[in-house]
Amino acid sequence: MPSPTATVNGQVLSLSGVDLHTTVLDWLRSRGLLGCKEGCAEGECGACSVLVARPGISSPTRWTALNACLLPVLTLDGQELITAEGLGAPDALHPVQREMAVRGGSQCGYCTPGFVCSMAAEFYRPDRVPAEPSETGPAPSDHLHGPNGFDLHALSGNLCRCTGYRPIRDAAFALGAPADDDRIATRRDQPPPPVPGTRVAGGGARFARPAALTEALNLIAEHPGALLVAGSTDWGVDVNLRAARAAFVVAIDRLPELRTFRVDSDAVEIGAALTLSEAEELLDGHVPLLDQLFPQFASRLIRNGATMGGNLGTGSPIGDTAPALLALDASLILASANGEREVLLADYFTGYRRSVRLPGELIRAVRIPLPQPGLVGFSKVAKRRFDDISSVAVAFGLDVEDGVVRRARIGLGGVAATPLRARATEDALTGRPWTAETVRAAADVMAAEGTPLDDHRASARYRSAMLRQALLKFHAQHETPLEVGA
Amino acid sequence: MSALSERPADPVVGTAIPHESAALHVTGAALYTDDLVLRTKDVLHAYPVQVLHAHAQVTRLQTEAALQVPGVVRVLTAADVPGVNDAGVKHDEPLFPDEVMFFGHAVCWVLGESLEAARLGAAAVEVDVELLPSLVSVREAIEAGNYQGGQPTLERGNVEADLAAAAHIFSGEFEFAGQEHFYLETHCALALVDENGQVFVQSSTQHPSETQEIVAHVLGLSNSEVTVQCLRMGGGFGGKEMQPHGLAAIAALGARLTGRPVRLRLNRTQDITMTGKRHGFHARWRVGFDEDGCLQALDATLTADGGWSLDLSEPVLARALCHIDNAYWIPAVRVNGRIAKTNKTSQTAFRGFGGPQGMLVIEDILGRCAPLLGQDAAALRHRNLYAAGQTTPYGQPVRHPERLARTWQQILDSSDFAARSEQIAASNDSSPDTKRGLAITPVKFGISFNLTAFNQGGALVHVYKDGSVLINHGGTEMGQGLHTKMLQVAATTLGVPLERVRLAPTRTDKVPNTSATAASSGTDLNGGAIKDACEQIRGRLASVAAERLGVAPSDVRFGGGQVRGLAFASEPVLWEEVVQLAYFQRVQLWAAGYYRTEGLHWDSARMQGEPFKYFAYGVAASEVEVDGFTGAYRVRRVDIVHDVGDSLSPLVDLGQIEGGFVQGVGWLTLEDLRWEEGEGPNRGRLATSSASTYKLPSFSEMPEVFNVTLLTDATEEGAVFGSKAVGEPPLMLAFSVREALRQAAAAFGPAGTSVDLASPATPEAIFWALEQARGSGGAHVEDGAPGTRPEQPAADAPAMQPLSKRVQHVLSDA
Repeated sequence: MPSPTATVNGQVLSLSGVDLHTTVLDWLRSRGLLGCKEGCAEGECGACSVLVARPGISSPTRWTALNACLLPVLTLDGQELITAEGLGAPDALHPVQREMAVRGGSQCGYCTPGFVCSMAAEFYRPDRVPAEPSETGPAPSDHLHGPNGFDLHALSGNLCRCTGYRPIRDAAFALGAPADDDRIATRRDQPPPPVPGTRVAGGGARFARPAALTEALNLIAEHPGALLVAGSTDWGVDVNLRAARAAFVVAIDRLPELRTFRVDSDAVEIGAALTLSEAEELLDGHVPLLDQLFPQFASRLIRNGATMGGNLGTGSPIGDTAPALLALDASLILASANGEREVLLADYFTGYRRSVRLPGELIRAVRIPLPQPGLVGFSKVAKRRFDDISSVAVAFGLDVEDGVVRRARIGLGGVAATPLRARATEDALTGRPWTAETVRAAADVMAAEGTPLDDHRASARYRSAMLRQALLKFHAQHETPLEVGA
Repeated sequence: MSALSERPADPVVGTAIPHESAALHVTGAALYTDDLVLRTKDVLHAYPVQVLHAHAQVTRLQTEAALQVPGVVRVLTAADVPGVNDAGVKHDEPLFPDEVMFFGHAVCWVLGESLEAARLGAAAVEVDVELLPSLVSVREAIEAGNYQGGQPTLERGNVEADLAAAAHIFSGEFEFAGQEHFYLETHCALALVDENGQVFVQSSTQHPSETQEIVAHVLGLSNSEVTVQCLRMGGGFGGKEMQPHGLAAIAALGARLTGRPVRLRLNRTQDITMTGKRHGFHARWRVGFDEDGCLQALDATLTADGGWSLDLSEPVLARALCHIDNAYWIPAVRVNGRIAKTNKTSQTAFRGFGGPQGMLVIEDILGRCAPLLGQDAAALRHRNLYAAGQTTPYGQPVRHPERLARTWQQILDSSDFAARSEQIAASNDSSPDTKRGLAITPVKFGISFNLTAFNQGGALVHVYKDGSVLINHGGTEMGQGLHTKMLQVAATTLGVPLERVRLAPTRTDKVPNTSATAASSGTDLNGGAIKDACEQIRGRLASVAAERLGVAPSDVRFGGGQVRGLAFASEPVLWEEVVQLAYFQRVQLWAAGYYRTEGLHWDSARMQGEPFKYFAYGVAASEVEVDGFTGAYRVRRVDIVHDVGDSLSPLVDLGQIEGGFVQGVGWLTLEDLRWEEGEGPNRGRLATSSASTYKLPSFSEMPEVFNVTLLTDATEEGAVFGSKAVGEPPLMLAFSVREALRQAAAAFGPAGTSVDLASPATPEAIFWALEQARGSGGAHVEDGAPGTRPEQPAADAPAMQPLSKRVQHVLSDA
């Protein structure tokens, strides 16, 4: 197997001899690319954002912004990166850099290279198109969407402590389209870099990126203790903040068999290794409940790396996909060297960060059965609207016919050791008229679901109150539901 | 117009230019202290051994196991300190403590060939401790009577008599949280030793001179043997005024002992768990109003949560007391201050430096009392604004109160305040689940260090033979744009284009004995000094040019890179030509500049005097929308008019106002320092010690509509080129958001509902406030005497000691 390399700003650099737990951030800095900054080392601040060439959906390649602090550098074997240094130089600024500089988008400057990379990813988003000027005035825009088609959610994973963000927004909204001869832009029309199989050992640890599913399954059958890594948005935090070190890391995020997407007559199947950003783009409105979820799930920088399989695979009680998928009655396709099996998500979690997934098994896909519930809603309570962890997450999937609740599925996060279904509340709703009276009674039941705790995010009392309130609010928003699916 | 404030024709100051390092920032080329490591050979990395108990005595420290870890070079302990084992100026902060004073206190440091080796070494150090009882919350410290430092009282008039005579009297209690600085760049120092054992420390510090002094006293060296340089900081906000010193000293000690460069960079968790924050406060108060709602008397006791050592708690407390009036005339005042000693990080400077805490108390009082007085909060605030001829409780005349009134009116007009208030009231009536609030609040903030001696600045300006200019000054750059302004001041004074002037990094061997870049004073002090240096050079060049131009020296004018005489037929000569001429005439082309703020005096024992050169004013109106189901909220619109005098650099000033405001909103509504206060092994642990648990404002907190305007016709006679300081004051404009949230929460209840609002006003806090308004429980402001009574200090309460022990000794001998 050839020795691993990565192409950074057009230059091929060797990855030979790197410590297996070295992050892209530390590696870039060791190579003199000091614009990549560590602000938090847990994917919260975006000061280490870099552009990575990934497979695109609306173009062959897409420049994807990722947190360099979370990625083991060996996962970039064969890949292409651009850092702030690669976008422009002080005497030859990139359009993004120029707008940021002249509009006062930098003060202390420490977060700036990361903002520049996240902003450049949105600048180069293939389907970013300026809004059409309206008949009566300029192109419509709001505080989150520029007239140039810039979606500020692209910057939801970048923190600035100095500016208050307004000049950064103005810089983002002032950007035009990439120039015709912009080589970063034209790179999008070429295929993405292929993903080589990678096997590296050193310092008593091993890293492998199998090229195909069977190879991966055989590998984990042989090494059931191996740590499976997809977007590394969870594992990267463990490495950096808790000094976790694994003897064997197996990267599965680029396995083609885990990156499938299908819409059949009876189900939507989402490959477990599709990132949340990819799933969002592929779903394109097919699953309205997930459309509500995605913008509230962490940040764009995290969603660009994190996968749906990873969010479920960690078994975290506060992962936001689980409540939504519970409300959709989703199931998981688990694959092992012995074959596949399908497990209802409602039966999947067994305890805090524990599940029925066996050693040697991985999540291949998530299946959402069709038809979906007619009435859906996702409610997340957190301190901050962008990029925060839920104090309470509630997802509703209801079928209401002739004013009567025929079926109710409610998924909860943050109120127990696992994500769970609010079964008692579902019972209190099912078969009853969708009225304020029913809802008030059911909301009392809902407030007693789970076993919420007091912690730094919220008090147990508030969490219980928010369970109640979530149902009341959902009803207030859908008091007279359309008879969808009827 | 004063000589200091007067601007020449076509000045470079006043032009809106980007930050001087903007092109370096955006390309990743700007260097910060930790970026120097790669350029330095054979660097050792330092890692702390943190003890995870709130309070404990170290009974045994076993470091041998660490030395067995591959790559570990040395463990630094108290026994290694050749000088004074202390990180501060008060000598109450042992650098290598034998008593663990807070959860995460570092007792020794491991040096390794790599950061990983140092980390593993630190994990191998064995620390045996004997647990001691701890006080974690400010309430626990108050109950235990555990205070540190002085207990000042600021008093004017007869509070008891005026309270007794007041038509309305209320009392209450209020405890509010501090704030983590969360500069994006964590603390960092890189120390090297030269051939003679002298030390060079690169440090991310707002106060290089004090970092130098602490490094020197720890190493037992003279100040002249230590040089500290700060290239720039990735944010400071006060968090790098005192806190870098001990860390720089550890790195310097390691470098001295090993002969190798030592890098000490805290990771985010270490930075949050080890370094100080904004002080949380507890307040008890009584207030009296007359029939019209005019403030008559305020009696309050403020307790700052100081953490384990004094640090800057005394001056922070002094500024809190001096700002409890905010912008309001209160005839009779008695404010007592004290500093709780708790087993937490040692709280320190943070943008506003106690001012925000003092002002928050009065704004909270007005917000809670307005409904009980049957008054609109905006009208109540306006009624009580300072008027001409009035003085602050500490005896300083409030100069230019008409500017505050003008600013207030400008906001009422530009924000369409009256009409929007009516619309909001109407929409609230018809919207049971969503309520809006619109609030207007003022800021009056005193500019200068409270302690008069610190109000001095220095600069060194070189003009080279080719006419290029290099400036150096005592201030540090942390993003606030100080260097940008200093370049503009130099270019303006010398009459050369901005491109002719370069600025070199802040170093203690260029300008000595500097004050911290703090108290918003960086531009006033260092700008004054640069102007002085440039004027000296310009004066000498004027003599040279006068001869060449055939005019009197007083008739020589510098501008746009040219030197011309006032005479009608005089042809200008190039700046470069005059400089060349001066060199060959053996005229000195460089100068040291100095500035001291005139007219200040302060008696810290009596808490009286005129400590401030001037006041900075601002007014903000903010509109919020609150979701009655969850307490979640949005900031829909913010209008600000702020007084920066005649702006030196409008783009920079705008950035300071917007950024300060959003940081203030973070403090008041979002950022949640949660220490574990229960019994058990985690007592004293900061539960929100990472970016994933301690949430800063992000794009989602930016006001959806954000209109910021600089006050016009606002020349400040007492500051460089007529400008005013801008770093801190805008932070307190964020009170308008908190008060708007209170009003929105109150709108869920009947008219006249007084709402208690916790701080920070997180969605959960707002939910409980609106539940209270809906009738689940009454507000806690008590009407009528005696109610809550602020505790009064004992007769033998200690006085403030604003200077270090050594300085006190020197001054008392003198």
